[in-house]
Amino acid sequence: MPFKRYVEVGRVALVNYGKDYGKLVVIVDVIDQNRALVDAPDMVRGQMNFKRLTLTDIKIEIKRVPNKKTLIAALEAGDVKNKWENSSWGRKLIVQKKRASLNDFDRFKIMLAKIKKAGVVRQELAKLKKETA
Amino acid sequence: MAPQQRKPHVCRNPDLIRGVGKYSRSKMYHKRGLWAIKAKNGGAFPKHEKKAVAAAPTEKPPKFYPADDVKKPLVNKRKARPTKLRASITPGTVLIILAGRFKGKRVVFLKQLTSGLLLVTGPFKINGVPLRRVNQSYVIATSTKVDISGVNVEKFDDKYFGKKVEKKKKKGEGEFFEAEKEEKSLLPQEKKDDQKSVDAALIQSIEAIPDLKSYLGARFSLKAGMKPHELVF
Repeated sequence: MPFKRYVEVGRVALVNYGKDYGKLVVIVDVIDQNRALVDAPDMVRGQMNFKRLTLTDIKIEIKRVPNKKTLIAALEAGDVKNKWENSSWGRKLIVQKKRASLNDFDRFKIMLAKIKKAGVVRQELAKLKKETA
Repeated sequence: MAPQQRKPHVCRNPDLIRGVGKYSRSKMYHKRGLWAIKAKNGGAFPKHEKKAVAAAPTEKPPKFYPADDVKKPLVNKRKARPTKLRASITPGTVLIILAGRFKGKRVVFLKQLTSGLLLVTGPFKINGVPLRRVNQSYVIATSTKVDISGVNVEKFDDKYFGKKVEKKKKKGEGEFFEAEKEEKSLLPQEKKDDQKSVDAALIQSIEAIPDLKSYLGARFSLKAGMKPHELVF
């Protein structure tokens, strides 16, 4: 039951509400019990309530409130982008985004692919059943 | 320099506030150069002689006044135009028809006719939809496009699709008693040939894209979990 993900300078969090929904941001300072100063390479540094953030496992090495250049360098050094995109959480979000952006034609092609895959699986299963029978 | 290229003329008397110009009457008199025009004309503003007005023929008072004042209808300068075509619908777009006999069918858009209706074809061999007119409101435009450059749709217009007017036959008594023959109007061979020629080039470009033929042959339907307002077409 102990906490594993702490709010600390350098913690990478996902914004779950508001204008920057879905962005990965870094906590660069804690303002008070409810708010943090938050920064990302493509946004202006600003305050956010913790309720708008979901902490991730990723943490980078920065000093309190670095400037943009240092922040970007630290993000590169910590390899945050790759860590995020390879994590199961990150992969799920990418799949969700892809599914939401599918064309009607794309959905049709996926349906054909699913049917084909199911057919192949069923064949293999039948083969295995025959062997054990 | 070509005489047509002129810098747009800045106004001589810019507004300080709406209704109040920067320069007074006397200043504007000077700016407009009226003093120079007067000087050129010897101290007075050049006058034109009034054109001699031809004596208008004396109008007789009308013989008849209507009992009630009839209101004249207001002038209407609107022009009839074909319906504004949605930006997402361009020649070659795949459309989903939403109502009528062919609801759910995915169909290729050819052009907009002067009445505003969209000219559309299956192609006929793929999904059974012939060259047909369909209203823009009953259509979802997908973002899938087909190359339509090989197709000539010049000859199709609203008159091509209009109902054929039959010549009125003089009704004799004998014809009342005969069982009314329901003549199924046969599709003229000319229309079948038009369909074939339009579809030939289209089917070639459709077969170039994998799966597109079976896509056009399948009908669209909403399945469980599909939210139309969230779907990207």
